[in-house]
Formats: sequence, C-alpha cells, structure tokens
Amino acid sequence: MPVMEYIDALRLAMKEELERDENVFILGEDVGLKGGVFTTTKGLQQQFGEHRVLDTPLAESAIAGVAIGAAMVGMKPIAEMQYSDFMFPATNQIISEAAKIRYRSNNDWNCPIVVRAPIGGGIFGGLYHSQCPESVFFGTPGLKIVAPFTPYDAKGLLKAAVRDPDPVLFFENKKCYTLITGEVPETDYIVPIGEANVLREGDDITVISYSLPLHFAMEAAAELQEEEGISAHILDLRTLQPLDKEAILEAVRRTGKVMIVHEDNKTGGIGAEVAAIIAEELLYELDAPIMRVCGPDVPAMPINPPGEKFFMLNKQKVKEAMQQLALY
Amino acid sequence: MNEMESKKQVARHHQVGLTDEKAIDMYRTMVLARKFDERVLLLQRAGKINFHVSGIGQEPAQVAAGFALDRDVDYFLPYYRDYGFVLSVGMTVRELMLSVFAKAEDPNSGGRQMPGHFGSKRLRIVTGSSPVTTQVPHAVGIALAAKMRNEAFVSLVTFGEGSSNQGDFHEGCNFAGVHKLPVIIMCENNQYAISVPIHKQLGGRIVDRAAGYGFPGFRVDGNDPLEVYRVVKEARERGLNGEGPTLIEAMMYRLSPHSTSDNDLAYRTKEEVDENREKDGIPKFKQYLLEAGIWSEQQEEQLLADIRVMLDEATTYADKAPFPTPESSLLHVYDGDAEGSN
Repeated sequence: MPVMEYIDALRLAMKEELERDENVFILGEDVGLKGGVFTTTKGLQQQFGEHRVLDTPLAESAIAGVAIGAAMVGMKPIAEMQYSDFMFPATNQIISEAAKIRYRSNNDWNCPIVVRAPIGGGIFGGLYHSQCPESVFFGTPGLKIVAPFTPYDAKGLLKAAVRDPDPVLFFENKKCYTLITGEVPETDYIVPIGEANVLREGDDITVISYSLPLHFAMEAAAELQEEEGISAHILDLRTLQPLDKEAILEAVRRTGKVMIVHEDNKTGGIGAEVAAIIAEELLYELDAPIMRVCGPDVPAMPINPPGEKFFMLNKQKVKEAMQQLALY
Repeated sequence: MNEMESKKQVARHHQVGLTDEKAIDMYRTMVLARKFDERVLLLQRAGKINFHVSGIGQEPAQVAAGFALDRDVDYFLPYYRDYGFVLSVGMTVRELMLSVFAKAEDPNSGGRQMPGHFGSKRLRIVTGSSPVTTQVPHAVGIALAAKMRNEAFVSLVTFGEGSSNQGDFHEGCNFAGVHKLPVIIMCENNQYAISVPIHKQLGGRIVDRAAGYGFPGFRVDGNDPLEVYRVVKEARERGLNGEGPTLIEAMMYRLSPHSTSDNDLAYRTKEEVDENREKDGIPKFKQYLLEAGIWSEQQEEQLLADIRVMLDEATTYADKAPFPTPESSLLHVYDGDAEGSN
C-alpha cells in the first residue's frame, strides 16, 4: 500500500471523485493553474479542465453561495476556502442557507456541498492564517463537520463528504499537510461520516481529540508507555458533527479517566460538548475530573515565535497533562 | 381615442410576442395575485393568521417576468413579495394559502417558514430564506450548472432595492459577469426598504451597476407589464445565446406597508401613497386590454367572481387542513431522518 502525505491523500480523493462523477467540480481562489496556495489541487485543472477546477473571483460568500446554487440542481461542488480564517464572509451562506435548505423546504430541496478549509496554526500565520473555527459552526444542525488526522481518513472522509447528500464542512489541518504521512490505498474506499476511530488501545487514561493534536498525543503516549508504563487509549473523533457518542462513551468506560484535546480555544469548543456528553451519561463511572487541554481563550495566535509556541499545543504540553491525569 | 391610436395600442402586446390569450392570462394572474394579497391581509386582521408581507403594487412586473420565462425549464428565485411571480410560474392560490396558514400540506415548506418564503422543486422555484439577497449567488450557481452541463435554461432572481446593497448582490453579479452566465438579475425597486426611502439607500442607480460587472442593465417601468415582458424575454434570449447575465431594475412602488407589523404612515404620507396608487399598473393594463378590444367589463366581472370562489375555496381548504404534527419538527435535518431519531 502506498505511503503518502496527508495533502497527497486529499488531492487523490478529489482526483478520484472528479473521475467518478462528472457533476463533481472544485471552485475557489487560486485552485486552478496554481493548484491552490498549498498545492492541494495541483494538476487537477490540467487534467480536468477549467470548468471543473474553477478559479473564482476573490469573494468567499459567492464561492459558497454559487456552490449552493449549483448543488441544488444536482452538481456536487467542492468549494475551497483558502484559509478557514476566510470562511467568515461565507458564514451566512453556510449557516443561513446550506444548513437549512433541506429543513426549510421540508425535504424538497437539498444541498450536497463540501466546503474545504485548512485549519490550525504553527506556520507563523498570525491571527488570520491560523484559526480553528470549528466551534463557530459546531452546533448548527444541518451541517456535518469532519476533521481528519490521518492520510487514510483524509482521503476516505473527503470522498464520503463529496457523496454525502447534505452539506459537509471539511476541516483539513494545514500543519498535517506534509507532517503526517501514512498508508493510503489507491482503491476506491470511503470512511463513513459520523464514526470515530480508536488510534491506540490502552487502559489507564483516555485521550479524545481530532486533527493535529492527535500527533502530539500519539507521540506522548508512546513515550509514557515506555518511560512510565502509562497506557493511553486514544480516540480520534474524525467527525465533529454528528459526534459519535457511542464511541466516546466506550472510550471513556475503558479507563475512567478522560482528557479532551483540541487546538481551538477552550471555551465553547468541541471539548465542552464532549465533556457534557460524558457528564450526562457516565459521571459516576469517572475516576478523575474531565480534563481539557486546548488553545487559550484569546482571539487567535500571535505571529511572534514565542507567542505562537505559547498558543500551540505540542507533545510536551500534552504529555504533561496525560501524566497528571494518570497520576490522579 | 381615434381608430388609428387604438390599432397602434393593439399592436403592442403582439409586438412583444404575446398572443391575445397570453396577454389576458397575464392580466388574470395579476388580478389573482392582488386579490390573494388583499384576502390574506383581511385574514391577518381577522386574527386567522399571524403575519402577512404584501406585494401590492408589484404584481404587474412580477407576472410579466414570470410569463417571459419558460415554465418547463427555467429556475426561479423569488423574494418574499413575489406572489404574482410564483403564481405566474405555476403555484396555485391553494398552495399559497396553505403556506399562509402554515399547514403540513404547504409545498413551500410544510408549514415551517413564514409566508412569502417560496419553494417548490417540482416548479423549479428555489427555496428561499429571510436574510436578504442570499439567493443571488444561488441563481448564479444554477446558471453555472446550466453552462457546465450545456443545458438551455436560465435562472431569474428577484430582490428589493434595499437588498441590492448586500454583498451577495455584488459578489453574485461579479461572478456571473466573469463567467458570462445565463442569469437574469431583477431588482424590484419599490422605493422603500421597510421605512428607509431610496435616497437614503442608494447614492446612484442600481441599473448603472451592471456596467461595473460587464453586462447590460435596463431600467424599466414596472407598472408597464408589456415593457417588463419584453426586457425579460430579451434577457432570456441573451442568456441562452451565451451572451451572459442581464440586470433589470423594475421601477415600482410598494403600495402596502412593509408587513402587517408595520405602520407605513409613520414614515411616509398618505398623499404620497395615493399619488402612486394612481400609477398602479393593474387598472392601466385592464384599460389597455379594453381598448385593444380583447377584454370587456363583463369578462372582468366574471374574473372577479371566479377569483372570489377560488380564494374562498383555498381559504376554507387551508383553514381546515391539519398542522404538521409537533414531532415532525424533528424531521429533515439530514437525509434519511427517521421519525424520532433526533
């Protein structure tokens, strides 16, 4: 099975979907000849033509709104937001329109769009090229939200998103693009939306996370196992909405000690909802208070290196928290 | 009027490509929309329904636009005052009344949305919302699909002049201009955005904005349905010929308050409203048809009687129709929702 980078898995997913279904097309800023500012769509316009890999004017609400219109008449658009920080001009189209089209028309119309947006910091992007906006959209019924960590899931979830009959926000992590490599089948497969995945089995503590911080948690878990014999159970949410409640509860039951990790800021983040689910269902089975390790509650991360480092999670921060939880 | 003048007028609807029958049909639809609107206002005042937002004064342009399109292939993206428009592309007063009463059988939203939020996939009336002008990029996206699939249809989107200040208007126009898409972007300029008059909303003319997006714009008297019909029909042909979008600014006047929750005399005078009532396109069009010799007072009486019956039947039907079940509020968030799964 070929080993590839996360970004290559995304590109492969789009290539396969463009080949599979002529209604699939990509639109966004710089997605054409340039192949996107991160090269995620590189080569696709050359292969599929200008109409199917469409460079748009610099106007995010139109990118989303045009995609929505096309989707309502049977097209399967993949709309790229250059950075998730620039999704906010399209928020009205995503929340007022895409999310509500099926519901408000009483199931007459639907809106099968995919909005791809790179999230996360650690690239010296400053306030507006580093954000994790998941919590802005999370809790909006009608939207599905996915955030893969492994290249395998990046490909499988993107293909599932394209085929989904409802709007899917696809949050890919820009730091993962080339940092994370893994085995990716060249065959046609999907990873179902709504299913979490156990990345590592363990018995002492449970770490629930998604996207880049799983990289830190996995490294920390390996070290803690070797150095201190602490055995960590790690659950990758993969889909943020709808959350896989059963998988969350099962992962918590396994150890009775749970920690939720995400780069998005702590207050009102996905972790708050995961913690609430655990508290509602399993409070008396817990052996330690629920712990959250998240970005601080500041508007976004600074560009100066010490400031960015301070904001970002890393292996050490996650490892220390895991240790603390294990010792509780 | 002498005979020569009369013949000249007769030719007008023929000149724009309307048969006598179609011209009369247009008139019937305008009157139906007007009478529907008046009836719903009464229902609200009588406490039978909660809310109504009126399109009175805008029907001639709405109906003319609907008639200029192809009911079998084109896509329609109306805004919330477009009763005349949706009636002209196939919606029935019974269906509209079901929406007004928010009943389960309402094809627009199954009783979920406010009246005036139209939608019917069968009729290619695209579901709409309340944040204004979001439908402009949708119409552009539908036109993009037409171009990508090489299919011969256009989309027509309407909105008010207040809405034309939203970013989605500009972003949608620009996108359509860049890709030369078959979309007709029609502003129903009724002079008011709730209480704010046009001179406090616009520093220039909406129609002139078309030039900035690289496609033609036409300002047309919205009280003259034959002129609106001509301009929309030509815009449609341009769209089908690959010549791209057209912006139309139809000038009219909102004769009713903004909604049943609005007292318009708090911000405009009765004299101003009365002056504009004189310009109402419906009686004018009736006069035209009478002078053309294709309509009579007798037919008018019959029409009004027929409409009364139709509205009575629709009102009774919708009033008696069941509401959605409370639990059905949980359905259709996502594809395949089973009852109670939420």
